Amino acid sequence: MPSLKILRNRINSVKSTQKITSAMKMVAAAKLRRAQAQAEASRPYAVRMAEMLAALAASEMGNPNGNKLLVGNGKNQTHLLVAVTADRGLAGGFNANIGKVVRQRAAALAAEGKRVKIFTLGRKGNDSLRRDMRDQISGTKNFVGKKIITFADAEDVAQEIIRGFKAGEYDTVTLLFNRFHSVMTQKPFEQPLIPAAAPTANDNAMEHNYEVEPDDGTLLDRLLPRNLAVQIYAALLENAAGFYASQMTAMDSATRNAGQMIKKLTLDYNRARQANITRELIEIISGAEAV
Amino acid sequence: MPLALEIISPERLLLARDVDMVVVPGTEGDLGVLPGHSKLVTSLRGGLVDIYEGGKITDRLFVTGGFAEITESRCSVLADEIIRQADIDPAMAQAKLAEAKAAFAALDLNNSEAYRETSDRLISAQAMVDSIAA
Repeated sequence: MPSLKILRNRINSVKSTQKITSAMKMVAAAKLRRAQAQAEASRPYAVRMAEMLAALAASEMGNPNGNKLLVGNGKNQTHLLVAVTADRGLAGGFNANIGKVVRQRAAALAAEGKRVKIFTLGRKGNDSLRRDMRDQISGTKNFVGKKIITFADAEDVAQEIIRGFKAGEYDTVTLLFNRFHSVMTQKPFEQPLIPAAAPTANDNAMEHNYEVEPDDGTLLDRLLPRNLAVQIYAALLENAAGFYASQMTAMDSATRNAGQMIKKLTLDYNRARQANITRELIEIISGAEAV
Repeated sequence: MPLALEIISPERLLLARDVDMVVVPGTEGDLGVLPGHSKLVTSLRGGLVDIYEGGKITDRLFVTGGFAEITESRCSVLADEIIRQADIDPAMAQAKLAEAKAAFAALDLNNSEAYRETSDRLISAQAMVDSIAA
C-alpha cells in the first residue's frame, strides 16, 4: 500500500492533468465552431463551381484530347497520394487513420506494380509517413502557426500539384482526408483530383445548353485549375473541422478518465487513512491492556 | 421579375440579393445582364461589377477575375477576389500593377499558359488602377 503522501501527490497530479484536458476541450469546441462556420461559408462557391463544371465537362469527357486535368494524360503508372492531416496531435486516431489508409493504398498500388508518390499536407502526417516511406514523399507543406487557412494557401498547393503533373512526375492524383460526418465521426475519404471525378449519370441528364464565352476549351483551361484549388480548400477545411471535433472528443474522454482515476485514488487514500487510524487505535488499546 | 444576383468568393458568399440589372466584365467584353438573359457561362477579366437598382448604380465591386454563370433568373459571379470600389487602396493597386508589368516583361513568350496567366494578371492590375478613377 503506497503511503498517504504518495497518494496525495498522485491525486494532485491527476487533478492538474484533468484541468488541462478540460481546458483543451473548451478551446477545441470554440475552434470547431469557427472551423465549421468557415467550411459552411465556402460551400456556395464550391456548389456553383461543381454545377458549371458538370455542365461543361459532360461534353468534354469522352474526348481523349480534352483537358489533361479532366481526362488524365492517358497513363496510369505513377500515382500521387495527397495525405491531408492536422499539424497537431492529441486528437485520438485522427491523424493515425489517414496514415493507415495511405499505407494500405500505397501497398495495394505497389502490389499492382504501380509507383506511388506521396504529398503530405499537415505536419503530423509527414512526421508519421516519413518514418517508413521517406523516399516516396515528393513534397510536403504544413500550416503550423497559421490561425486560419485561406484560399490562397490551397491555391499554392494546387499549383504545386499541377506543376508536377504537367512535368510528368505522376499520372493520377488522389486526395485522402478525413471527411467530417459529425462531431463524433470523421472517416478517411478518397477523392480523385486528376483525372477529375467523372460527372455522375445524374448530371448528364442536365443537358449542356449554356452559351459559353470564350469557348468550352478555354473556359475549362481556366476552370479546372481553379476547381482543383477549391477541392483542396474544401478538404483542408473539413480536415480542420474534423481535427477540432476529434480533439474535443478525445479531450472529453480524457477528462472523464481523469475523473474516474481521481475517484479511485481518493478511495484508496481514504482506505489507507482509515487503516492507519485503526492500526494506531489497536496499538493504543493493546498498550493500555498490557499495563 | 428581378434578377437574383450572387457574388461569391471562394471563402464566402459576399452578396445575394435581387437586383434590376448587373454589368459584369466578361473576358470578351462587358455584359449587361437583365432578367430573362439566355443561359451563359463566361470567364471574367479584372474589372468592375456594377449593380443597377431603380435605374441607378447602387454598388460597384471590383473583381480580379473569375467566372459567371447566368440563367434566366439568376446571375452567379464566382470571383477570385472581391474589393468594394471605395475600398481599393491606390498605393497597393499601383504596386500590383508595377509587379504585374515586371512579370510580363520577364515572360517567356513560348509558354502559352504562363503567357495567359501573366497577361490576365496585368489586365486585372491595370483594371484595378483604372477603376479607382472610374
